[in-house]
Amino acid sequence: MSLRGTCREVGDIAIVDFSGKITLGEGSATLRQTVKDLVGQGKKKILLNLEDVDYIDSSGIGELVGAYTHVRSAAGELKLMQLTKRVKDLIQITRLFTVFDVQSDEPAAISAFRPK
Amino acid sequence: MEVTLDTQLESVDLAENIVTRVAEAAGFGEDDLHKLGMAVREGVINAYNYGNCQDKRKKIHLALELEPEMLVVHIVDEGCGFELSEIDDCLAEENLLRTSGRGLFLMRAFMDDLAVRRGPTGGADLVLSKKLPHPVSGNGKSQT
Repeated sequence: MSLRGTCREVGDIAIVDFSGKITLGEGSATLRQTVKDLVGQGKKKILLNLEDVDYIDSSGIGELVGAYTHVRSAAGELKLMQLTKRVKDLIQITRLFTVFDVQSDEPAAISAFRPK
Repeated sequence: MEVTLDTQLESVDLAENIVTRVAEAAGFGEDDLHKLGMAVREGVINAYNYGNCQDKRKKIHLALELEPEMLVVHIVDEGCGFELSEIDDCLAEENLLRTSGRGLFLMRAFMDDLAVRRGPTGGADLVLSKKLPHPVSGNGKSQT
Protein backbone atom coordinates (compact mmCIF):
# COMPACT_ATOMS: atom_id res chain seq x y z
CA MET A 1 0.00 0.00 0.00
CA SER A 2 1.60 3.28 -1.09
CA LEU A 3 -0.17 5.47 1.49
CA ARG A 4 -1.44 4.62 4.96
CA GLY A 5 -3.55 6.88 7.13
CA THR A 6 -4.29 6.49 10.83
CA CYS A 7 -7.10 8.59 12.27
CA ARG A 8 -7.24 9.96 15.81
CA GLU A 9 -8.96 12.81 17.57
CA VAL A 10 -7.79 15.64 19.75
CA GLY A 11 -10.87 17.34 21.08
CA ASP A 12 -13.04 18.11 18.06
CA ILE A 13 -10.12 17.92 15.62
CA ALA A 14 -9.73 14.82 13.46
CA ILE A 15 -6.05 14.16 12.84
CA VAL A 16 -4.88 11.82 10.11
CA ASP A 17 -1.29 10.61 10.36
CA PHE A 18 -0.28 9.67 6.84
CA SER A 19 2.79 7.70 5.84
CA GLY A 20 4.06 6.77 2.39
CA LYS A 21 3.57 8.46 -0.96
CA ILE A 22 0.72 10.56 -2.27
CA THR A 23 0.99 9.79 -5.97
CA LEU A 24 -1.25 8.99 -8.90
CA GLY A 25 -3.27 5.90 -8.21
CA GLU A 26 -3.60 4.19 -4.84
CA GLY A 27 -1.98 6.91 -2.74
CA SER A 28 -4.13 9.71 -4.09
CA ALA A 29 -7.24 7.55 -3.77
CA THR A 30 -6.47 6.77 -0.13
CA LEU A 31 -6.16 10.46 0.70
CA ARG A 32 -9.37 11.28 -1.14
CA GLN A 33 -11.41 8.54 0.51
CA THR A 34 -10.04 9.25 4.01
CA VAL A 35 -11.03 12.91 3.89
CA LYS A 36 -14.35 12.09 2.25
CA ASP A 37 -15.12 9.63 5.07
CA LEU A 38 -14.27 12.18 7.75
CA VAL A 39 -16.48 14.81 6.14
CA GLY A 40 -19.20 12.19 5.88
CA GLN A 41 -18.87 11.60 9.62
CA GLY A 42 -19.50 15.29 10.17
CA LYS A 43 -15.94 16.27 11.06
CA LYS A 44 -15.46 20.01 10.62
CA LYS A 45 -11.83 20.29 11.70
CA ILE A 46 -9.42 18.04 9.85
CA LEU A 47 -5.66 18.07 10.28
CA LEU A 48 -3.42 16.11 7.93
CA ASN A 49 -0.07 15.11 9.41
CA LEU A 50 2.35 14.68 6.50
CA GLU A 51 5.52 14.12 8.57
CA ASP A 52 5.98 10.64 7.12
CA VAL A 53 4.97 11.49 3.56
CA ASP A 54 8.22 11.55 1.69
CA TYR A 55 6.93 11.85 -1.84
CA ILE A 56 4.08 13.64 -3.57
CA ASP A 57 3.51 14.24 -7.26
CA SER A 58 1.19 16.67 -9.04
CA SER A 59 -1.69 14.21 -8.68
CA GLY A 60 -1.10 14.11 -4.95
CA ILE A 61 -1.04 17.89 -4.81
CA GLY A 62 -4.28 17.89 -6.76
CA GLU A 63 -5.84 15.54 -4.22
CA LEU A 64 -4.74 17.79 -1.35
CA VAL A 65 -6.39 20.72 -3.11
CA GLY A 66 -9.47 18.62 -3.76
CA ALA A 67 -9.59 17.61 -0.11
CA TYR A 68 -9.30 21.24 0.94
CA THR A 69 -12.19 22.38 -1.26
CA HIS A 70 -14.31 19.37 -0.26
CA VAL A 71 -13.90 20.14 3.44
CA ARG A 72 -14.47 23.83 2.84
CA SER A 73 -17.66 23.16 0.88
CA ALA A 74 -18.90 21.28 3.96
CA ALA A 75 -18.21 24.40 6.05
CA GLY A 76 -15.15 22.79 7.61
CA GLU A 77 -11.45 23.53 7.86
CA LEU A 78 -8.53 21.45 6.64
CA LYS A 79 -4.97 22.17 7.70
CA LEU A 80 -1.61 20.53 7.09
CA MET A 81 1.23 19.94 9.50
CA GLN A 82 4.84 18.75 9.66
CA LEU A 83 5.60 18.81 5.97
CA THR A 84 8.92 17.35 4.88
CA LYS A 85 11.25 19.73 3.07
CA ARG A 86 10.45 18.25 -0.34
CA VAL A 87 6.70 18.50 0.14
CA LYS A 88 7.04 21.98 1.61
CA ASP A 89 9.09 23.07 -1.42
CA LEU A 90 6.39 21.76 -3.76
CA ILE A 91 3.64 23.57 -1.86
CA GLN A 92 5.81 26.69 -2.01
CA ILE A 93 6.62 26.67 -5.73
CA THR A 94 3.01 25.92 -6.70
CA ARG A 95 1.85 28.94 -4.63
CA LEU A 96 -0.32 26.68 -2.51
CA PHE A 97 1.08 28.27 0.62
CA THR A 98 -1.50 30.95 -0.14
CA VAL A 99 -4.23 28.28 0.05
CA PHE A 100 -3.20 25.87 2.78
CA ASP A 101 -2.64 26.67 6.43
CA VAL A 102 0.58 24.76 7.07
CA GLN A 103 1.79 24.34 10.63
CA SER A 104 5.17 23.13 11.83
CA ASP A 105 3.98 20.95 14.70
CA GLU A 106 0.86 19.56 16.35
CA PRO A 107 0.46 22.10 19.19
CA ALA A 108 0.66 24.96 16.68
CA ALA A 109 -1.76 23.20 14.35
CA ILE A 110 -4.29 22.57 17.12
CA SER A 111 -3.99 26.15 18.24
CA ALA A 112 -4.59 27.31 14.66
CA PHE A 113 -8.09 25.81 14.75
CA ARG A 114 -9.14 27.98 17.67
CA PRO A 115 -11.40 30.88 16.73
CA LYS A 116 -9.54 34.16 16.60
CA MET B 1 18.50 3.89 -24.70
CA GLU B 2 14.88 3.41 -25.74
CA VAL B 3 12.05 1.74 -23.88
CA THR B 4 8.46 1.17 -25.00
CA LEU B 5 6.00 1.37 -22.14
CA ASP B 6 2.41 0.25 -21.92
CA THR B 7 -0.22 2.89 -21.25
CA GLN B 8 -0.86 1.87 -17.67
CA LEU B 9 -0.23 3.36 -14.24
CA GLU B 10 2.63 0.98 -13.52
CA SER B 11 4.61 2.56 -16.35
CA VAL B 12 4.91 5.78 -14.34
CA ASP B 13 6.95 4.14 -11.59
CA LEU B 14 8.87 2.08 -14.12
CA ALA B 15 9.91 5.11 -16.17
CA GLU B 16 10.93 6.98 -13.02
CA ASN B 17 13.07 4.05 -11.88
CA ILE B 18 14.74 3.63 -15.28
CA VAL B 19 15.68 7.29 -15.57
CA THR B 20 16.92 7.64 -12.01
CA ARG B 21 19.14 4.58 -12.39
CA VAL B 22 20.69 5.98 -15.57
CA ALA B 23 21.04 9.40 -13.98
CA GLU B 24 22.69 7.93 -10.90
CA ALA B 25 25.21 6.15 -13.11
CA ALA B 26 25.82 9.48 -14.83
CA GLY B 27 26.82 10.99 -11.50
CA PHE B 28 23.75 13.00 -10.47
CA GLY B 29 23.39 13.58 -6.74
CA GLU B 30 20.40 12.71 -4.57
CA ASP B 31 18.63 16.02 -4.97
CA ASP B 32 18.93 16.02 -8.77
CA LEU B 33 17.90 12.37 -8.89
CA HIS B 34 14.73 13.27 -7.06
CA LYS B 35 14.03 16.18 -9.44
CA LEU B 36 14.74 14.07 -12.53
CA GLY B 37 12.56 11.28 -11.25
CA MET B 38 9.71 13.64 -10.52
CA ALA B 39 9.96 15.36 -13.90
CA VAL B 40 9.89 12.04 -15.75
CA ARG B 41 7.04 10.88 -13.55
CA GLU B 42 5.03 13.98 -14.48
CA GLY B 43 5.85 13.53 -18.16
CA VAL B 44 4.71 9.92 -18.24
CA ILE B 45 1.57 10.78 -16.25
CA ASN B 46 0.75 13.38 -18.92
CA ALA B 47 1.41 10.88 -21.70
CA TYR B 48 -0.79 8.34 -19.94
CA ASN B 49 -3.67 10.71 -19.08
CA TYR B 50 -3.71 13.37 -21.78
CA GLY B 51 -1.61 12.05 -24.66
CA ASN B 52 -2.85 8.50 -24.83
CA CYS B 53 -6.09 9.14 -22.87
CA GLN B 54 -5.44 5.94 -20.86
CA ASP B 55 -5.92 3.93 -24.07
CA LYS B 56 -4.19 0.60 -23.43
CA ARG B 57 -3.77 0.08 -27.17
CA LYS B 58 -1.34 2.97 -27.30
CA LYS B 59 2.26 3.05 -26.15
CA ILE B 60 4.51 5.53 -24.39
CA HIS B 61 8.03 5.76 -25.77
CA LEU B 62 10.84 6.68 -23.40
CA ALA B 63 14.27 7.53 -24.79
CA LEU B 64 17.39 8.70 -22.96
CA GLU B 65 20.38 10.39 -24.56
CA LEU B 66 23.61 11.09 -22.70
CA GLU B 67 25.13 14.08 -24.48
CA PRO B 68 28.51 15.58 -23.50
CA GLU B 69 26.89 18.12 -21.19
CA MET B 70 23.30 17.03 -20.82
CA LEU B 71 21.05 14.13 -20.03
CA VAL B 72 18.11 14.35 -22.43
CA VAL B 73 14.90 12.41 -21.88
CA HIS B 74 12.21 12.05 -24.53
CA ILE B 75 8.70 11.01 -23.53
CA VAL B 76 6.63 10.38 -26.63
CA ASP B 77 2.95 9.54 -26.66
CA GLU B 78 0.64 8.45 -29.48
CA GLY B 79 -1.95 11.14 -29.06
CA CYS B 80 -2.63 14.31 -30.99
CA GLY B 81 0.11 16.51 -29.62
CA PHE B 82 -0.25 19.92 -27.98
CA GLU B 83 1.31 23.38 -27.80
CA LEU B 84 2.82 24.71 -24.58
CA SER B 85 1.00 27.96 -25.19
CA GLU B 86 -2.33 26.13 -24.82
CA ILE B 87 -1.60 25.25 -21.20
CA ASP B 88 -3.12 27.40 -18.47
CA ASP B 89 -0.88 29.02 -15.89
CA CYS B 90 -1.28 26.91 -12.75
CA LEU B 91 0.08 29.76 -10.63
CA ALA B 92 -2.65 32.17 -11.69
CA GLU B 93 -5.02 33.00 -8.85
CA GLU B 94 -8.04 31.65 -10.69
CA ASN B 95 -6.32 28.28 -11.21
CA LEU B 96 -4.88 27.64 -7.74
CA LEU B 97 -7.82 25.52 -6.62
CA ARG B 98 -7.74 23.32 -9.69
CA THR B 99 -6.99 19.69 -8.91
CA SER B 100 -4.89 19.19 -12.04
CA GLY B 101 -2.68 21.13 -14.41
CA ARG B 102 0.61 21.33 -12.50
CA GLY B 103 2.59 18.62 -14.27
CA LEU B 104 4.25 20.74 -16.96
CA PHE B 105 5.04 23.45 -14.45
CA LEU B 106 6.80 20.95 -12.20
CA MET B 107 8.72 19.49 -15.14
CA ARG B 108 9.96 22.94 -16.05
CA ALA B 109 10.82 23.67 -12.42
CA PHE B 110 12.88 20.51 -12.01
CA MET B 111 14.67 20.36 -15.36
CA ASP B 112 17.06 22.80 -17.03
CA ASP B 113 15.05 22.78 -20.25
CA LEU B 114 11.69 21.57 -21.46
CA ALA B 115 10.46 21.50 -25.05
CA VAL B 116 7.44 19.99 -26.73
CA ARG B 117 7.85 18.67 -30.25
CA ARG B 118 5.69 16.66 -32.61
CA GLY B 119 6.36 12.93 -32.29
CA PRO B 120 6.67 10.57 -35.29
CA THR B 121 2.99 9.56 -35.14
CA GLY B 122 1.72 13.05 -34.35
CA GLY B 123 1.72 12.76 -30.60
CA ALA B 124 3.69 14.89 -28.18
CA ASP B 125 7.43 14.42 -27.77
CA LEU B 126 8.31 15.94 -24.40
CA VAL B 127 12.02 16.73 -24.36
CA LEU B 128 13.42 17.12 -20.84
CA SER B 129 17.07 18.16 -20.44
CA LYS B 130 19.28 18.40 -17.39
CA LYS B 131 22.94 19.45 -17.27
CA LEU B 132 25.30 16.72 -16.22
CA PRO B 133 27.05 17.30 -12.90
CA HIS B 134 30.33 16.37 -14.56
CA PRO B 135 30.25 17.11 -18.31
CA VAL B 136 31.97 14.54 -20.49
CA SER B 137 34.86 15.83 -22.62
CA GLY B 138 35.50 14.92 -26.24
CA ASN B 139 37.69 11.97 -25.23
CA GLY B 140 34.85 10.50 -23.17
CA LYS B 141 36.36 11.44 -19.82
CA SER B 142 34.31 13.38 -17.29
CA GLN B 143 35.48 16.81 -16.35
CA THR B 144 35.39 17.71 -12.67
